[in-house]
This record gives sequence, C-alpha cells and structure tokens, in this order.
Amino acid sequence: MNNQTTEKTQLYDFHVGHGAKMVPFAGYDMPVQYPLGVMKEHLHCRAAAGLFDVSHMGQAFIIADDGKFETAAAFLETLVPCDVKSLEPGQQRYTQFLNADGGILDDLMVSRLGMDGHQHWIYIVVNAGCKTEDFAHINKHLPDGLKLKILDDMSLIALQGPKAVDVVSKYIPKARTMPFMSSLDVPLDGMWCHISRSGYTGEDGYEIAVKHTDVVKMCELFLSHDEVELIGLGARDSLRLEAGLCLYGHDIDETTSPIEAGLIWSIQKHRRAEGGFIGAERVQKDIAERPVRRRVGIQPDGRAPAREGTIIQNMNGKDIGIITSGGYGPSHGGPVAMGYVKRRFSRVDTEVKLLIRGKAKPAKVVKLPFVANNFYRG
Amino acid sequence: MKYTEDHEWIRLAKDGDSDIATIGISAHAAEQLGDVVFVELPDIDAEFDKGDDVAVVESVKAASEIYAPISGTITAVNGTLEDAPETVNAAPEAGGWFFKMKITDASELDGMMDADAYKKFLED
Repeated sequence: MNNQTTEKTQLYDFHVGHGAKMVPFAGYDMPVQYPLGVMKEHLHCRAAAGLFDVSHMGQAFIIADDGKFETAAAFLETLVPCDVKSLEPGQQRYTQFLNADGGILDDLMVSRLGMDGHQHWIYIVVNAGCKTEDFAHINKHLPDGLKLKILDDMSLIALQGPKAVDVVSKYIPKARTMPFMSSLDVPLDGMWCHISRSGYTGEDGYEIAVKHTDVVKMCELFLSHDEVELIGLGARDSLRLEAGLCLYGHDIDETTSPIEAGLIWSIQKHRRAEGGFIGAERVQKDIAERPVRRRVGIQPDGRAPAREGTIIQNMNGKDIGIITSGGYGPSHGGPVAMGYVKRRFSRVDTEVKLLIRGKAKPAKVVKLPFVANNFYRG
Repeated sequence: MKYTEDHEWIRLAKDGDSDIATIGISAHAAEQLGDVVFVELPDIDAEFDKGDDVAVVESVKAASEIYAPISGTITAVNGTLEDAPETVNAAPEAGGWFFKMKITDASELDGMMDADAYKKFLED
C-alpha cells in the first residue's frame, strides 16, 4: 500500500476517547492497544469478554438475480475450494480465494443468510488489506445475472471470550444456544445486526455487522457491562497466534497452498475430489503427492520469542524453514510461533533450531493450537 | 543520572579508580514498549563501543535493541531480568537496570541530558 492517507472507521473517535494508541494498519488508523496494555487485554479476553473493532475488513453480498441461492453458490464455488452449495440458511464456513497456481489470495468467511426472504443471499467477510483486490477478483469472474454488493454502510465488531455469551444473550436470548459458525439477523437492543458465532481468538464469541450509524451506540452498550474491555490489534494478534489461526500476508499468502497451510479441513471431501475451482490442480496435487512443506507450531525453548522471518534449521544446522508468526503468548506463558518447515521435519516433537540474532536456539515442532479452543459446541 | 536520546539512563559510581556506569531504559521507554517479556543481556567482560548493540528487550509487540550509550567493558548484568523481565516495567529506573559497564572514556558522557533536560526532550 503506497498511499500515505489512512482511513478511519466509524469508531475512530470512540477509540481515541478510550485512550487507544492508534497505528496505521491495512490503510486504516486502528487501535493497537488501549490503556490496559496488550498483556492484560489478552488475558482479559480469555477470562471474560473483549470488544474488537474489525470494521476495516471487507463485507459484501453475492446475490443472484434469479433469487436462487444455488445460482450464487455455484458461482462462488468456482472461486473457493469450500462447499458453498450445501450451506444451510444461517450457516457459515471458512475458506480461501486461490490463484491459478493454488496460492492463497485471501482467506474469508462465507455465510448464507438465514433471514426469511434473504436465504439466497451470500455474505462474505474478507481481509482489509486484500479487499480491493478480492472484490476486483470477484467482479472479474462474475457472470451476468449475479451481483456483488459491497457493504460500505456497515461496521463490523467482535465480542470474544467466555463471557461474551452472557452479555449478548441479555439482548438476544437465542444467541446463547446458536451453534458455532451460524448466524442470525436480528435486532440487538433495537439495533439491527447480522450476528455470527465465530471469531479470531479461539474463544467462544460473536462477530457482529451493524450499521455505521449504530456501531458507537452498540459498543457503548457492550462496554457498559463489567465483563467487557476493549481489545486492540496487539492482543488480537497474540490471541489468534495462540489459537493457531493464520494471519493473511504472514502465515498464508500467494505462495502458500491451503494444503501446505494445513487448511485441508476447510475443503470438503467432494470438492477435493471434483475440483472445479481456481487452483484446484495444485490442491489435488498437494493432496496426492503431499506438500513439500507444512505449516507447524514451533515452541522455542526458554523465554526468547522467535519473530517472523526467523530461520528454522535442523539439528545439523541446515536451513529447513522459516517462522511466519511469532511472539509471546500471554496465556501460554512463554514464546509461541508458527512457520513452515520441509515436510519430513513437520512431525510433532521434531527438534529444530531457531537462528535468533545469529545464535542457534533450541525449539521443537508442536501441535497447534497453543491454547485449547473454547468454541461453543452445544 | 543522565539520559540519552535513545531513552536510556546512566548512573555513575566510583569503584576504586574506575568509573562504573549502571545502564537501563527510561520510564518513558518502558511505558512505550509495553509489557516486557524477554531481555537478552550481554556477556560479562564483553567490550562495546558507543552505539553498539548490547542487549535486546522484547515486549509482547516487538523486539528493540539497546545501544551502548558509552564505550566500555561489561562488569555485571541484572540476572533478575532473566526470570522476571517484567521488572523493567515495574521499576525501569531502579531494579530494572540492564547491565554495568567500566567506562573507557568519561568524556563521552559530556552533553548527555540530566533529568530536567530529558523531561523537556520528551515534551518537544
């Protein structure tokens, strides 16, 4: 991104008013932390509930003129490897846009609206840094009879953590038992919203699309609950890293395939076999022949964090991979990292070395996540 | 106590004929870094020139270099920081010191800021 101007979300003044330290991120001025600080924000989110502004992300509908869900789903399936057609009303899935080589252009959430009269609408949420390219990619392939409707009047917030359910269900009783990866279109204290039980922290929680004109009021409402604290991008990153979740542009990008990235679970079996999406050949090849490298969790010994770009070596001092995300995990209580290693080194408990400031430090391959997921499973 | 524009502090003490400097980061620097989770300290007896990378302080967010504010030889490091790096946040200008150096050239201290000048430097 080479333009110097940054955009502001509707919550900019709200963040500043709550003492946020603002930083440029993906073209937006975003809160990196609040007065609580990254460590306490992180721990608070795992213990109670954290409120995030993620309005920089891209939101859009894909709608077929014929009013059929199947038409829109069949189109989207040409661009993503997940099964879109079998989505029930109000169901959500995680997937990726791939390039012709099977590299990941972006990762995204896809849902089918559950609301009466709108069950043929597909709702997508994409990364802020990729949204312009994503929407151009969709438009480039969009056939006649389908529309991409970018939601430039909606903000997006997330309420995450074990107590998010207590807060949200005060206003939406059904939210208590709504399944993980499902959504509702309902009013919350009079403010219409699209709410899904999903997130980017490994915790139970919700992501809520709400009109720009209501978002400050909704955030103030959530923040009026003692359980809720504001969480910035700093803790968002350490939370998702502990949860083993990929950050686009770091852990996944145009050079990584979903199979290398360990995202095969997001590609339903018949789509692996049948293909029919951009990049399918690479996905099928990686499945058949197994990928050359794999994304793995890396546990450094000792306390020194291994940051992005750290070289991973085998015990003989030969380069075998690279750290793509690394830092300190406040809930884990020590350094946490993930990266790519050649496949034969990807087995859990494999001993490796990390080149940190020129010194080879011991580490080992570990199973992700570092902190167990706490999703609602009914 | 003297301060540098890199937000480090230096406290001088005499040890026989030698000038020994204790070095750490300012309260302002500690606050800007946020929660410190790791400090990498130099080896005892290692020699550094003014401006060399001596140590690394890592917060949850990022790693930052600590530069030698003066030339000299390391005489001691603060072992407390290995098990309790958060001491840097709790007491940046006291118990959170990083290392001690035997100074090669005391004239390098000339022109460093005192507490009032550093305070003004932060305001500007």
